[in-house]
Amino acid sequence: MSAETSLLFDAPGPKALVRHRILAIVGVLLLLAAIFLVLKALANPANDQLTAAKWLPFVEWSSWKDYLIPGLIGTLKAAAISVVLSVVAGVLLGMGRLSQLAPVRIVCGVFVEFFRSVPVLIMMFFAYYFGLFTLGISGSVLPLFAAVVGLTFYNSCVIAELVRSGVYSLPRGQREAGYAIGLTPTQTLSAVLLPQAITAMLPSIVSQLVVILKDSALAYNVAYLELLRQGQNLAVYKGNLIPTLMVLSAIYILINWALTRLARALEARLRSGKRGIKPGPVELGPDPALTAEEEAQDAAAGPR
Amino acid sequence: MDGLQTLLGEYDVVAAFWMTIKLTFFGAIGAFIIGTVVAVMRVSPVKVFQTFGTAYVTLVRNTPLTLLVFGCAFGLAITLQINLAPENSPTFIVDNNFRWGVVALAIYHAAFVAEAIRSGINTVPQGQAEAARAIGLPFLPTITTIVLPQAFRGAIAPLGNTLIALTKNTTVLATIGVAEPALMMRNMFEFNISLLYPIFIIVAAGFVILTLPMGLFFTWWSRKLAVQR
Repeated sequence: MSAETSLLFDAPGPKALVRHRILAIVGVLLLLAAIFLVLKALANPANDQLTAAKWLPFVEWSSWKDYLIPGLIGTLKAAAISVVLSVVAGVLLGMGRLSQLAPVRIVCGVFVEFFRSVPVLIMMFFAYYFGLFTLGISGSVLPLFAAVVGLTFYNSCVIAELVRSGVYSLPRGQREAGYAIGLTPTQTLSAVLLPQAITAMLPSIVSQLVVILKDSALAYNVAYLELLRQGQNLAVYKGNLIPTLMVLSAIYILINWALTRLARALEARLRSGKRGIKPGPVELGPDPALTAEEEAQDAAAGPR
Repeated sequence: MDGLQTLLGEYDVVAAFWMTIKLTFFGAIGAFIIGTVVAVMRVSPVKVFQTFGTAYVTLVRNTPLTLLVFGCAFGLAITLQINLAPENSPTFIVDNNFRWGVVALAIYHAAFVAEAIRSGINTVPQGQAEAARAIGLPFLPTITTIVLPQAFRGAIAPLGNTLIALTKNTTVLATIGVAEPALMMRNMFEFNISLLYPIFIIVAAGFVILTLPMGLFFTWWSRKLAVQR
């Protein structure tokens, strides 16, 4: 990546270096000016957002104990349930789309295409009223139900597509080897292809977790007590909406950034394997000694 | 069938989806402009600009759109009184929410546009930029006349995905009361709960009708513009 982009410009000479330095200084000055203007607007007596009274709630344990931590737990709970359900449903749907039986393939295909096109919020609203009037769910479970259903329907379809493309990206020989030893197409899929495809998809699944975490904020609209809703409750109580929103974005950014890093690390780990796709949790695990040797060879060969 | 007719008679479904189209249109233009600038910053020779670009993408991509929309409408507009519409106009609240909504959509999706364009830049063969440098073009002309036009061709598919996501994400503006399909759907549920399924089918079908052709079109277009390399 870096080697490629550096081709877009020559290595700077003395004049260009001076120019770049001036541009860099102008850029930093513009940024500082923007920050200054924002701070000035916030400190302006009409707004008075920088006063200690509006920021002190964040050093009080009660704000965290009563609002932010329960909100964070709500967000994580909805995201965790949704990701588990989405992976299970997504793998089943993906298998359905790869099925030998045309009706199964078509039904799964229509299902995936349809629910991928429906916005998550629409699905949450529907689940909310469906849960309330048809299933008779009430109380605090209803918003969680709506949030999880909304997130699961959309994300399982995304994961189904990941499964499908993961299986397609495997070498043909894998499927042929499965058939050659007498496995049925379903057995080949579930014992040979899927484990490899899912291992290869692991980084994408972690990235999808970021999407789920972000989308869980939509559940604000069905009155689910997630981070944004709890933050708003805190802001209403303390009268500090702007500082609260800043703290909330910092929390979201930190969690999602950490997850993105995890996804990248997983990807790098998978890439460093000899075959590009490492064998997944099949019965016959990889010989650890062999893997270590392969990795050593890879390290010697350098990055590809 | 009766249910569908009742709903179509009582609610202006077309107007709600027209709002989706307007939001998508303006949001996409904004996102495209900001995203292109950010993508160019990320590949520019000046380190500070690279850092700006990367920081923008990292920060915005990891923030929920709901939080951005909420922050624009309740934080910037209501708390800080920064308004994007004339305050004495009779449609002030509606206009202000609409415009802040478009701003939030543009800011959020710009991060994804920037990533798409950067991946497009990676599809342009190195010889192109080298040739541009060989005839003495500086960085900006190289980017704007040689690399970006080819990068857009290579970025059609991810840009199309971003546009589809933008279309669906306009529903988030229901959070701040923009009269789009999600808000209409909630009103329908409040007043015509007996028509649970017809309501869902109308709104869901609207989005399928909007996004499915978009997906097909972008797949076709990216194949048409694909360069054999």
